Amino acid sequence: MRKAGTLWWLGVFGALFSAGCGSNAKPEAQALTTPVAPVAQLEGKLEVTGSSTVAPVVLEAAKRFEKLHPAVRINVQTGGSSRGVADPQKGIADIGMASRALKEDEAKTVVAHLIALDGICVILHKTNRVENLSDEQVMGIYLGKWTNWKDVGGRDAPITVVNKAEGRSTLELFAHYFKLKTAEIKASVIIGDNEQGIKTVAGNPDAIGYVSIGSAEYAAAQGTNIKLLPMNGIAASVENVRNKTFPLSRPLNLVTLPDPNGLKKAFIDYVQSEQVEDLVKELSFVPVR
Amino acid sequence: MIDATTAFPPARGSSGERLATAAVWSSALLVVGVSVWMLGGLFWQGAGRINWAFLTTEPANAGRSGGIAPMLASTVLVLGVALAVSVPLGLGAAVLLAEFTDSGSVFGRLVRRSLDVLAGVPSVVFALFGNALFCQYLGLGYSILAGGLTLACMVLPVLIRATEEGFRAVPEDYRRAAAALGMSRTGTLWHVLLPAAAPGLAVGLVLGIGRVLGETAALLFTSGYVDRMPESLLDSGRTLSVHIYDLSMNVTGGDANACATAVVLVVLLLVVNAAAGWIARHWMRGKRISE
Amino acid sequence: MSPSAKDRLLLGVLRGCAALAGLLVVVIAAFLILESVPAFRNVGWTRFFSDPAWHPAPRAEAGQFQMLPMLAGTLAVMAGAVLLATPLGVLSAVFCRYYAPPALGNAYRRLIELLSGIPSVVYGFWGLVTLVPLINQVRPPGASLLAGVLVVAIMILPTVALMADGALAQVPQEYLRAAAALGLSRWTTVRAVVLPAAKYGLFTGVMLETGRAIGETMATLMVCGNIVRFPQSVFDPVRTLTANIALEMAYALGDHRSALFASGLLLLVLIVMLAGAAEWIGGEPARD
Repeated sequence: MRKAGTLWWLGVFGALFSAGCGSNAKPEAQALTTPVAPVAQLEGKLEVTGSSTVAPVVLEAAKRFEKLHPAVRINVQTGGSSRGVADPQKGIADIGMASRALKEDEAKTVVAHLIALDGICVILHKTNRVENLSDEQVMGIYLGKWTNWKDVGGRDAPITVVNKAEGRSTLELFAHYFKLKTAEIKASVIIGDNEQGIKTVAGNPDAIGYVSIGSAEYAAAQGTNIKLLPMNGIAASVENVRNKTFPLSRPLNLVTLPDPNGLKKAFIDYVQSEQVEDLVKELSFVPVR
Repeated sequence: MIDATTAFPPARGSSGERLATAAVWSSALLVVGVSVWMLGGLFWQGAGRINWAFLTTEPANAGRSGGIAPMLASTVLVLGVALAVSVPLGLGAAVLLAEFTDSGSVFGRLVRRSLDVLAGVPSVVFALFGNALFCQYLGLGYSILAGGLTLACMVLPVLIRATEEGFRAVPEDYRRAAAALGMSRTGTLWHVLLPAAAPGLAVGLVLGIGRVLGETAALLFTSGYVDRMPESLLDSGRTLSVHIYDLSMNVTGGDANACATAVVLVVLLLVVNAAAGWIARHWMRGKRISE
Repeated sequence: MSPSAKDRLLLGVLRGCAALAGLLVVVIAAFLILESVPAFRNVGWTRFFSDPAWHPAPRAEAGQFQMLPMLAGTLAVMAGAVLLATPLGVLSAVFCRYYAPPALGNAYRRLIELLSGIPSVVYGFWGLVTLVPLINQVRPPGASLLAGVLVVAIMILPTVALMADGALAQVPQEYLRAAAALGLSRWTTVRAVVLPAAKYGLFTGVMLETGRAIGETMATLMVCGNIVRFPQSVFDPVRTLTANIALEMAYALGDHRSALFASGLLLLVLIVMLAGAAEWIGGEPARD
């Protein structure tokens, strides 16, 4: 009976596969109308997974790349930097995204392609009276030493500590900078992606969180109710990440197996080129060129 | 049926009786109040944004503006895959359980029991299963195909239950008459039972569609997040419910479009459920005439 | 009448369908077990209950895998929601059948049916934008056990109300006539005659809603705050087992991923136990 069942599934897959592949043929017709004719016609599909910080850049770049090469499809899924490193290793994804440098053991199997620089900053709700927190104060809040805003110069209200989920490089870098052990952080809310953190802080007047400077500046520019706190007296801004004065900065990387070729290489080159520099700037990251 | 509301003597002055009446009415009022609060708020904020452009354009700016056309398409495709797989399988199983198995047989009881358990399995467990089997072992990756297959497993119990009821509702006379005419069991099934039991299948179908449209957790890790117009079943596709989740959790300023998408989804489900009710009622009437 | 070859073929196909449908739950269980083997081997099942906290890592040695707080979260949300939804649901059904004028009762039933079709992500969304900010004003952070209990209670209410309504409809009319003839008041009839007569149906409804409350993912993920800690009060955030899977599955690797499958297995065991309990007490398998 089980054997019959397996055969049945195989039959279904076969049928659906052929249906799926059949409709793949369509983009070729569109290629004729493309104004820019690339030297060698690129086609195929790329799976890109990983860091939610890098994803917006790659997503927008991918859209442009697809316009340039109509037979190319690039799927971008977020899931954190650990996956961005592990998925290319396992062959689940063609390209990974990581918002940190590769660790020593990782660098043995995969290579990183730098696309931009970013920093991590502390964010508060726009209406919070607190304008500045020392490193010790941030540490104290995340360790549960101070639980009320009045302890650090704010109004009398309990602090809602927003922390990132395990496996996120933003958490690792933040904890490393403030010399925190992730297990000791006393959080009130756990979030996944940057956007979720921004949204949580924007919706809670007494929350404190930390996210990518790029995401935060972009959100603030869009009118979101958050403000970026300076770190160690240095304003959290793209400018200060660019001139390397901001203390907590990091590289944004694409990750692949060694010696990427064909479509993979073409796309990585494209994301590193000046053709997407305006995108990188618009999303408040620092271009590497 | 006696009219339950008038058959009782009017409530006497006993305080217990009055208390009970107050409790019953206030729970009903509470439920109505919360529903109006929720659905009213949703429609109030979301309905105004819905227009033809919203339904037919691609999302822009991470979904803060633009429309939901790719999500509608992905939803329809996931639904199509789920039904294409589950309907034949469910129909076969239901026919066997209703027509070819004694209600007391060990096989029938085993299958029914396992379907009962299956009906209670949390959707996130289906997500784990679908991700492991379809996305990884079978190498489908995050795709509409993987999502649809996962949901096919999920809707199977509902589909089988309703279809089985449909077959059980066919009068015994039909089977006897067919046997008296010397029809084979295959012939009886095709020409007599299936048409007569079709409303049951339809109800099951509609219930299954409802579950697929509303499912989120099982799709997060099987069909994925990609909000582009799908071009094949192997593309990742974001359904309406996943879109609502993503906008409300991950996109600052995405609430308004999440609301509008929720209204579209609720209206779709209303239509589907109304269809289920309509079929069920007409089925009952048809049955009464045939008796 | 000897069955023709066609009939035998048909029967074979149907048997295959039914067996496959029946085996599906076994296949799911097998997959969960298969995928959680690395976690059981490298982490060991005792560490799921004895580690100091939940700080998973792709390698078992580097992480901590305490699941009890999340199990407690799941059970707390379930218990609270069931305790809230059951009386409301049963009273709703009583209202429909015995208190409301027929037209109002029918309209009310339609409303409940409508609620039962609304997807959990919509309930979660409503909880996130309406309920959580409200609770936040009373006691921050708002995303809490209470928010989870309220949203899940609203979600499962239609299940128990519709099941109770069906069970009340099955109460023989003679009982009602006899009660009316005895001059029993409305509430006395409901309490002493109708509810005892419908108790098996009510029980099935409670079992079904309990199953839904355990399995609810999106709504709890969105409103509960997702902190892995034993809640000290209803205003504390909690993380349920289901929300944990949904939250971490996207980036889990190695033993961490495997541990998530182990928690999925735990959920499946809970559901099977619930179905078993329902059958044992109710004498009949739970029905939709």
